[in-house]
Amino acid sequence: MFDIFGIPSQALFGQLLIGLINGSFYALLSLGLAVIFGMLNVINFTHGAQYMMGAFAAYLLLQYLGLNYWEALVIVPLLVGASGILVERLFLQYVRKLDHVYGLILTFGLALVIEGLFRNYFGSSGEPYQVPDALQGGHNLGFMFLPNYRAWVIGFSLVVCLVTWFAIERTRFGSYLRAATENPTLVRAFGINVPRMVTLTYGFGVGLAALAGVMAAPIYNVSPQMGSEVIIVVFAVVVIGGMGSILGAIVTGFGLGIIEGLTKVFFPEASSTVIFVVMAIVLLIRPAGLFGRLG
Amino acid sequence: MAAIADPPALPARADDARSLTVAFIVMVALLVVAPFVVYPVFLMQALCFALFACAFNLLVGYVGLLSFGHALFFGWASYLCAHAAKRWGLPPEAAVLFGTAGGAVLGLAAGFLAIRRQGIYFAMITLALAQMMYFVALRAPFTGGEDGIQDVPRGRLFGIFDLSHEMTMYVFILIMVLAGFLFTYRVINSPFGEVLKAIRENEPRAVSLGYRTDRYKLVAFVLSATLAGLAGALKALVFQLASLTDVYWTMSGEVVLMTLVGGLGTIFGPVVGAFLIVAMETYLAQLGQWVLVIQGAIFVFCVLAFRRGIVGELAALLRVKL
Repeated sequence: MFDIFGIPSQALFGQLLIGLINGSFYALLSLGLAVIFGMLNVINFTHGAQYMMGAFAAYLLLQYLGLNYWEALVIVPLLVGASGILVERLFLQYVRKLDHVYGLILTFGLALVIEGLFRNYFGSSGEPYQVPDALQGGHNLGFMFLPNYRAWVIGFSLVVCLVTWFAIERTRFGSYLRAATENPTLVRAFGINVPRMVTLTYGFGVGLAALAGVMAAPIYNVSPQMGSEVIIVVFAVVVIGGMGSILGAIVTGFGLGIIEGLTKVFFPEASSTVIFVVMAIVLLIRPAGLFGRLG
Repeated sequence: MAAIADPPALPARADDARSLTVAFIVMVALLVVAPFVVYPVFLMQALCFALFACAFNLLVGYVGLLSFGHALFFGWASYLCAHAAKRWGLPPEAAVLFGTAGGAVLGLAAGFLAIRRQGIYFAMITLALAQMMYFVALRAPFTGGEDGIQDVPRGRLFGIFDLSHEMTMYVFILIMVLAGFLFTYRVINSPFGEVLKAIRENEPRAVSLGYRTDRYKLVAFVLSATLAGLAGALKALVFQLASLTDVYWTMSGEVVLMTLVGGLGTIFGPVVGAFLIVAMETYLAQLGQWVLVIQGAIFVFCVLAFRRGIVGELAALLRVKL
């Protein structure tokens, strides 16, 4: 045990760890938002609700079908992603040509519907979800205690983020995607089915949110309002990072998680507002965001 | 960028003036008769929200800026007014003025930050700033946290009119809301308002014509925040309560809903929308969480099939401006 700036190392690194965990979710969620915005020109307000659906799907699969965490980790993103594809076909495809504002309002409405339905059936108190057996316990690193599950969340979300970055920036399909973001008409003229690509992209982004939800389930309680609480923070993260760059979204997400964690140690009263304050400062100094182009 | 509100094809201005005057007289007549038929507190609540929606509409309908954080001004003005009236013992007119001024100051700060980005980012920034101030309200000692500020005295207006009397209060609210309504109308139809509409239609063009669009947007934002503040301050007196619900993001969503249902960028739309949504929430209150689902469904329906809103559709049907 030792102290840093008069704070015991356990407390400091413990909060730093929580910051990194929150940062993983910010990164995963803002990544999904950025991917969806790039392709669909829609800010997906439903993203938080879809994250919540991911957590609930994992909980329900365990309760009623006995499917464990690892199975949920595969099945839930597919299930919720499929529901996203349905949403895109039923609603979003009709607003793509309208002003951005309508996409935001539409997805806001959908988020209300989803949250309201879940509150009706599950109340707002929240349900616990067990950490999977394989990841119970933790390691004492000397300066802090590291629970295995938290280490897994940070490592795995980093891997997911990097794989997504690789898929978009370094593969052939990713190059189609980026081309279609720039000029969909021209890409269609080359015989690529852009509308289908748009639908799949939305499904993928929603799947990412659901994956984050499954990972979040053992850490936070599974509750209907978990999505709306996090989505507004993620919006601030997106404003800070700008949506132009995938890596930017990842770095900003983790970075802000850490800042939030540190604030909890040194100035706990401000921990729930610090990300918004950072946003205000970034807007003053670099209005385009850290990684963004103005627009 | 396509305009957010597509105004219907406009006939000559003389007709406009006539249709607007007729609609205004009808509205005032209904509001004068209403308290003898309907529960006055419900009407006062709806009136406050009508003013709130008009303030919001000034920004989204005429400048094309969608704020998703207007609860910030509404809720904080409500807190400030309640605090001034209860703890400082200010008379109602001073308390309302104080709350409204608070809304204006917050609007200046938030607007200064938010107009630095356009379009979709503007909505996200306003939402995030409002959430920040929600957390501040949750923590600040004077707001009373989860309890809010309760038992706010209505007091005597100018030391003469006893506002604890329901009808006197109603008259006061009606006059204030109508004044706010006429003020927004005046702003929209002033040379300043014409510049705002030009910014909405084509901002780069307005810039190239020599307008400093940022300043116009900021002034519009502050005006909108001030009126939202007035609405919030009045609401605090009506319910004798300022609480966290009024600064929460759901409140920002509700004002979007009211304006969208009534008709973005129409003069009377926000009023119609506010009465409709408040009525819906009052009568469906026993359904609990279903209200959220219904609200969400209305959002989806309006965006997909009813973008002009009730008044917008009516105006298109009658080929007049409303």
